[in-house]
Amino acid sequence: MVMGDLVIEVDVAVIGGGPGGYSAAFRCAELGLETVVVDAGKRLGGACLWEGCIPSKALLHVAALIEDATRAREIGVEFGEPHVSLDPLRKWKAERVVGRLARGLASVAKTKGVEVIGGRAVFESSRELRVEGDEPQKIRFKHAIVATGSLPSRVPGLPLESDRIMDSTAALELPEIPERLLVIGGGYIGLELGQVYASLGSVVTVAEMTDGLLPGPDRDLVQPLARRCEKLFAKIRLGTTVTSLTERGSAVEARFGGDAVEAFDRVLVAVGRAPVSAGLGLETTRASVDARGVVAVDERCRTADPAIYAVGDVTGEPMLAHRAMRQGKVAGEVIAGRPAAFDNVVVPAVVFTDPEVAWCGLTESQAQRDGRRVQVARFAWAASGRAATLGRSDGVTKLIADPDTGRLLGAGIVGPGAGELIAEAALAVETALTVEDLAATIHTHPTLSETLMEAAEALLQRS
Amino acid sequence: MPRPFALPDLGEGLTEAEIVKVLVGEGDVVAEDAPLLEVETDKATVEIPSPFAGRVARVHIQPGQTVKVGEVLVTFDDSSVASAGQGRGASEPHSPRTPPPAPSPLPRRQPATVANVSEQPVEHAAGGAGRAGASAPAMATGTGIGVGPVPATPATRRLARELGVELRAVRATGPAGRVTDDDVRAAASGSASRSSSLAARVNPAQRGQAVAEPGAAAPTRGGADAERAQVAKPLAPIGAEAPPLPRFEQWGPVQRQPLSHLRRTIAERMALSATLIPHVTHFDRADVTELDAIIRRSVEPARERGLVLTLTSFLLKAAALALKEHPQFNASLDGAAGELILKRYYHLGVAVATERGLIVPVIRDVDRKPLVELQRELATLAQRVREGKATLDDLRGGTFTITNIGALGGTGAIPIINYPEAAILGVARAREEPVVLEGRIVPRTLLPISLTFDHRVADGADGARFAAAIVRRLERPEQLLLDW
Repeated sequence: MVMGDLVIEVDVAVIGGGPGGYSAAFRCAELGLETVVVDAGKRLGGACLWEGCIPSKALLHVAALIEDATRAREIGVEFGEPHVSLDPLRKWKAERVVGRLARGLASVAKTKGVEVIGGRAVFESSRELRVEGDEPQKIRFKHAIVATGSLPSRVPGLPLESDRIMDSTAALELPEIPERLLVIGGGYIGLELGQVYASLGSVVTVAEMTDGLLPGPDRDLVQPLARRCEKLFAKIRLGTTVTSLTERGSAVEARFGGDAVEAFDRVLVAVGRAPVSAGLGLETTRASVDARGVVAVDERCRTADPAIYAVGDVTGEPMLAHRAMRQGKVAGEVIAGRPAAFDNVVVPAVVFTDPEVAWCGLTESQAQRDGRRVQVARFAWAASGRAATLGRSDGVTKLIADPDTGRLLGAGIVGPGAGELIAEAALAVETALTVEDLAATIHTHPTLSETLMEAAEALLQRS
Repeated sequence: MPRPFALPDLGEGLTEAEIVKVLVGEGDVVAEDAPLLEVETDKATVEIPSPFAGRVARVHIQPGQTVKVGEVLVTFDDSSVASAGQGRGASEPHSPRTPPPAPSPLPRRQPATVANVSEQPVEHAAGGAGRAGASAPAMATGTGIGVGPVPATPATRRLARELGVELRAVRATGPAGRVTDDDVRAAASGSASRSSSLAARVNPAQRGQAVAEPGAAAPTRGGADAERAQVAKPLAPIGAEAPPLPRFEQWGPVQRQPLSHLRRTIAERMALSATLIPHVTHFDRADVTELDAIIRRSVEPARERGLVLTLTSFLLKAAALALKEHPQFNASLDGAAGELILKRYYHLGVAVATERGLIVPVIRDVDRKPLVELQRELATLAQRVREGKATLDDLRGGTFTITNIGALGGTGAIPIINYPEAAILGVARAREEPVVLEGRIVPRTLLPISLTFDHRVADGADGARFAAAIVRRLERPEQLLLDW
């Protein structure tokens, strides 16, 4: 077929089939708009499903199983040494987890009448896209939604060409369990994958440029995680820059800062993600893109081009799938003429390490930087019945409230299950509930959710 | 960072004000506390001073416009001028998302929820894609409002967008300052009726289209003397719905005149009081021959002290002392609680006629002040009211009202109780009349009074006794001069 032969006309063309893209497409279709998704892999799910959230959580589940089995020894249950077979593990991850979810998404798209076109989409104008690849065609659209997501960032000066030097996508493929693994970057991706490999048997070293692990949440919430990492990892090098990586035989030599040199079997580079906006032809539209590649949008996910919207990682931080999904729905509704806006007060964040760290809304350190007066309550899980029965009393639940109105402004939780527990706090902050609302709601006993109630009560007693 | 200044909370019950005058223009540099604008609220014209020193970047309002508490009036430029008296000004939006840089080519207003993004004019937003260092809270009222997102559930925020209501300007009635669905709907119905009547004003002929004969005059709007554009707004409903009016145009030409803010307030208050309170009135007359003589004799000595002694100050004193004996008239009925709220203070309102309408300034602690002081306060307060300079505090907190209709003649009147008070004293003109005293007809000066009170609170006999207590005191004026 000659390119340009086929021109299709749609109401909405969504570029990228990740969580932002498919959420937007589904919402558009539900609201009666004819919608197509152009995805380079001709599949829905994006980095989240194929090389991010889902596969990493699958592997973290395996890591947690191994850790639980190890801990079981302390309470008199012996499973013996775990034996990990990579083939069945990869198969389970690819077919039973990712594959199943992907089939689910595909069938939802079919039900809603959303067509997925394979290929790379390039804007030719504010009205037209050119699709390159296996299914070349042109798409004339009334509205386009850019949902191209992000890719792992590279470290300038460090090569990525060797198989032994992986980004998060490659690491999730679980090519092998290296004896010695260097993780560059102490953020959430580096810590999650570092823990996976450490549990599977690798000797893990983490090198982080700043002077602390996991920037973002309050330090008192990071501390239990840092302690756990110190046990799990062979070494944590803080304030350390990796200046060179050199392949020598079957090993990679890493040079830290000045002189220290160490050899590893594999290296994982996890220094963040960068938006994908280059090569999209956005310069033929009025949408504006900044130097980092972030597409600027307003509260309704509109770019500066009235026909073009953008959602998800390509619109900048925080690059989280749940933010993209909400933005996608907003964009769909706005295009359909509904009064939607991405006016969310909180975008909760979760790090799925052991222990998990989750937070939402205002943090104590942010309040401090702003000079804002807040009330803070920390409830240590040592006093939680449920935590004791789980053998995990190392958690903390923390609330930040407005001293004048008693309104909840933020929350942070560290401990197993924090990612689930944060949902209640997010609802409370998003809906402007007060400390009393939280304290007076009956929480099931004995559960970890009681720690939110306990923290709220601690705040109440003080006022 | 530009600093928005919103209409501050003006106090109990006051949710909006009408802009009378804007005293600054865009680009003006103003000092802290310098007058920014004049607004007419409930019953006073209030000058709003500038909360800080700086350059006025934008004026968002114009005369004649009604603004709600929390609505942004003026945006100040950031300036080198430090904001005096504003201790902690910094407030970074605590939402974890970074404010999106404004798309540059389109000058588009972003109704963002984050204070220092939404109130930021686009010019600035385009420049500062990074982090906003510090911004001032929108208003001086303190908690919550103006700092960070407006507390409301996502569903409520959506409703606000649907109804075109600026959430930040909605008066919150929910717990901890939360804006509820009802608050948004109330705000929307306010602005909807306003815009519909605006449309009517722009196109008055449309209103007249129902006129059958082409020759019939369409209603004209506003008087020739209407100083400023008045926007007609419906009165707040008080339960009973008024039936539709007939088309008066069928009988002759009519003119439609929007009510002033003050007129509307009076109309709403009176309708509220007359509808809610079962009024009952007791008439009496006081022999003020002696009091009249004292006032006459005191004219000279009083003037030397810079005073004009009037009957009103004696009425105030007499009423306050009588109220102490009959506390149920210095009260408010709390129907919902089933309680009578007896006030242990005696702040008396005096109705003052002004060219704009009736205004009731309040004199505080009448029972504890010597008569001469009452007289002095009364004079300065009345003057402030007539000049439209009364502050809100001058007009609030009354427990009982006196209205003197004597100056305009008549033999008596039944005033309407100043809600939520329990009683009002009406005073007509004192006249010399023939009175039979110890078998002889003698000329005496008699003052007709009417005591109108809430029949839910007191019965006829109580009213008669309370009125008699006032009369008794007016008839022994020397006692009033000493009692406090």
